[in-house]
Amino acid sequence: MNTPIRRLSILIAALFTTLLVASTIVQFAQAKTLGAMASNKRSLLDSYARERGSIIVGGQAVAKSVPVQDQYRFLRTYPQNKLYAHLTGFYSYSVGAPYGLEHAADDLLSGDADQLFVRRVTDLITGRKTAGATVELTIDPKVQAAADQALGASKGAVVALDPKTGAILAMVSHPSYDPNPLASHDLTKAAKAWKTLSTDADKPYLNRAISGIYPPGSTFKVITAAAALEDGVVSDENSKVPGPAQLDLPLTTTNLPNEDGRACGPNNETTLIHALEISCNTTFGSLGLDLGGEKLRAQAAKFGFGDSLQIPMRVSTSSVPADLNAPQAAQAAIGQYDVRTTPLQMAMVAAGIGNKGSVMTPYLIQSVRSANLDIIQSAPDPVELSQAVSEQTASILTKMMVSVVDNGSGARARIAGVDVAGKTGTAQHDPGKPPHAWFISFAPAVDPKVAVAVVVEDGGVTGSEIGGGRVAAPIARAVMQAVLGR
Amino acid sequence: MTTTVEPLTPRTRRGSELLLLLFAIAIVLLAWVTTDLNRNGTVPTNIVPVAGGFTVLVLAVHLVLRWKAAYADPVLLPITTVLNGLGLVMIHRLDLARGKLGSDGDAYRQLIWTTLAVVLAVTVLIALRDHRLLRRYTFVSMAAAFVLLLLPLVPGLGRSINGSQIWISIGPLNFQPGEFAKIALAIFFAGYLVQTRDVLSLAGKKILGFTFPRGRDLGPIVVAWALCVVVLVFQNDLGTSLLYFGLFVAMLYVATERVSWIIIGLLLFAAAVVFALTAFAHFHERVDLWLDPFSQQSLDRSNQLANGLWGMASGGLTGTGLGAGRPYLTPFAESDFIFPSLGEELGLFGSVAILVLYLVFCERGVRTALGARDGFGKLLAIGLAFSVAFQLFIVIGGVTRVIPLTGLTTPFMSLGGSSLLANWVIMALLLRISDQARRPMPEIPVGVAADDPSPAEVTQVVRLS
Repeated sequence: MNTPIRRLSILIAALFTTLLVASTIVQFAQAKTLGAMASNKRSLLDSYARERGSIIVGGQAVAKSVPVQDQYRFLRTYPQNKLYAHLTGFYSYSVGAPYGLEHAADDLLSGDADQLFVRRVTDLITGRKTAGATVELTIDPKVQAAADQALGASKGAVVALDPKTGAILAMVSHPSYDPNPLASHDLTKAAKAWKTLSTDADKPYLNRAISGIYPPGSTFKVITAAAALEDGVVSDENSKVPGPAQLDLPLTTTNLPNEDGRACGPNNETTLIHALEISCNTTFGSLGLDLGGEKLRAQAAKFGFGDSLQIPMRVSTSSVPADLNAPQAAQAAIGQYDVRTTPLQMAMVAAGIGNKGSVMTPYLIQSVRSANLDIIQSAPDPVELSQAVSEQTASILTKMMVSVVDNGSGARARIAGVDVAGKTGTAQHDPGKPPHAWFISFAPAVDPKVAVAVVVEDGGVTGSEIGGGRVAAPIARAVMQAVLGR
Repeated sequence: MTTTVEPLTPRTRRGSELLLLLFAIAIVLLAWVTTDLNRNGTVPTNIVPVAGGFTVLVLAVHLVLRWKAAYADPVLLPITTVLNGLGLVMIHRLDLARGKLGSDGDAYRQLIWTTLAVVLAVTVLIALRDHRLLRRYTFVSMAAAFVLLLLPLVPGLGRSINGSQIWISIGPLNFQPGEFAKIALAIFFAGYLVQTRDVLSLAGKKILGFTFPRGRDLGPIVVAWALCVVVLVFQNDLGTSLLYFGLFVAMLYVATERVSWIIIGLLLFAAAVVFALTAFAHFHERVDLWLDPFSQQSLDRSNQLANGLWGMASGGLTGTGLGAGRPYLTPFAESDFIFPSLGEELGLFGSVAILVLYLVFCERGVRTALGARDGFGKLLAIGLAFSVAFQLFIVIGGVTRVIPLTGLTTPFMSLGGSSLLANWVIMALLLRISDQARRPMPEIPVGVAADDPSPAEVTQVVRLS
């Protein structure tokens, strides 16, 4: 009987091998996947028990974990309440951390990031409690406060960039919300706060600056102008361009009219610079016809349209539709017909023109420090996203945009003693509603310190190009003043 | 193979056992102290009486072995001690998490059961001076197994806990008679097969290269199968049913050396499982939970398996440390899920260590079977060893998602008196058989040759150990 006993002992060994392999799979190979599952209460309690890193703006914490005497050990608090809600997001026991840096930089804040591996190992050896890393933002608190105040009670978003680096100086989205009740350890209170927030028709949880998708309206004309200059359709700002009261669109019976129903210059003709000053629809529509959809699309792509960026939050992708026919291209050239963009993308357009045609990759995290303030990741070297236009085109565009502020629709963005370059926009989105008001700008025009995009939802006046200039331009001006200290 | 010429005088190895035992006790105490330090920051106040009592208890078994079974395997008792002790520590740890202290605690009851189990094991060792005596009770064992198995179905006595009708209640005590049925069945199978193995292994027709048994010899396997189907259907207990049937097929194979029995057995069991799957929603549900334990639908139904897996995963390689994890989040953390509970706090290293301890336990059983000089002893030893291994596979395979989860206890560790008593008896029986196997033969092994076809092999095994 010994032979079958030996064979059976091999079976026993095989059974145990299976169990050993299964345990290894669960506790080693799949441990991370299992730990990351949303319904895993252990991971949630774990992350609560660990001191989560702070989010710092200008030396002050805008999100920090405060020790408390309950089973969760640390309470996440947001000292600035609504002001930074869209940047921080919230960290809630019942809801999780679906938004903002609490979501996008979770591995840093929780201490699980790969960069923190060495530290976790030393923590393990020395018995020190592992704590998350502190994340310092590029945000300038003065600019952020100015943007928040200037936007006021309006719905919309403001983004300010440093054109030379891509650092985000301010990012405001209205309406906002207070993340504190959501992070409450009183779970009923947190659940109630979440219900209120998630069912609000205005979607306050949405960071409109990066997740809001708007038609860019006339601000897109800057891109059309860039494409026309780059393509040689026009040679400089003084080139003669058509500017009739109505542009006859091929393939259709409809025409593309100017808002005021008048021609943009004598003999249905004008200069490029004047067309931009007064935001002449027919001029840019006709440039769109000359260029065609693909060239518009390619120019937009050079500014960042179609890219999926992470700052580290995911930025919604801006887009110009593909395969436009002639009338669609004419519409797209004035920022209508399914052209969609985020405020951040339009700020990148302004910044790229200001930075001699070079669009820098936007970023929000300035540095990452470990719990004992050692730098883990210092300020990133600015990364160029693309050279959107030549330096010469950029300088022509700058000249034209300065003229928009000095002589045209962007007058309310003027700052005494500083050349401001800007472009207004009024984007129709829903026939029954007032259009969105846009303004993009940078200042000073030479060697700019700041580029801004402002969108005010339903802030315009139907049939008028002055919406962007009247509503959005003063907001941009307040933000630029905050950066320039004037 | 060589035949030894010079007479061997194998050592008893009781000294090694004592050393291993002290080591085992040290591990358990360290685990206990760590738990309390991690939970409360203090060393348990009752450490002296409890640890002292535990030490006295296992050392008593050691002394009984020196007295009654000097040549018994020296590794089985230390392994049992570690496993039983770690089980106690984990149950105590879960008590602490749930605020069940002192005599309210599950650990307190489990400690009493441990004491009773040790007393029972010692009784077996003293009363049963030769395992071959059990062969006389082959058919008594069969009857006992049938009664034990069917008891939970008796109205008024049987109780259904967590959907399985495998319990009986006598006053305040709940008991799982199936645990003892396992031993009775092993004795019966061993006794029966040793008698009939010649018929079962020689007669038959050859089909496709395998010799298949004659129709009339199929009787016993059909009866065993029918019994298992009864357990499966009426007691709603797939795990136990699988365990009994696996045990029977394995022993049948060892007795007859015929692969055809395994094939027949597997086919029969597959048929039963297919039937159960189609006929009972209960089994279907388990398979669904097994295939995808993490879907919202599954979690709403039962988050037990998912929680066990999350627990093990959160332990990672090194574990959270005893007392520092959250095994209490898993339902039945102290019984069916005690392995994930330990895995969470001791990590993969701990899980592997525990599995290796069980593996060594079972392989010592196998070695005992190889060394036993009588067919009955061989069959009984391999049957008991295999039952422990297979039971572990069913329960730990269930919690680690190798197979669908079916409720079975983890030998020596799970909370529950019947399981502890039964497993300590299994250990006592293995010790008894191993003593016979390793004991030097009083004379030239003439008598053995009659019982076993390969005395040379036996001699070799004796020399190795």
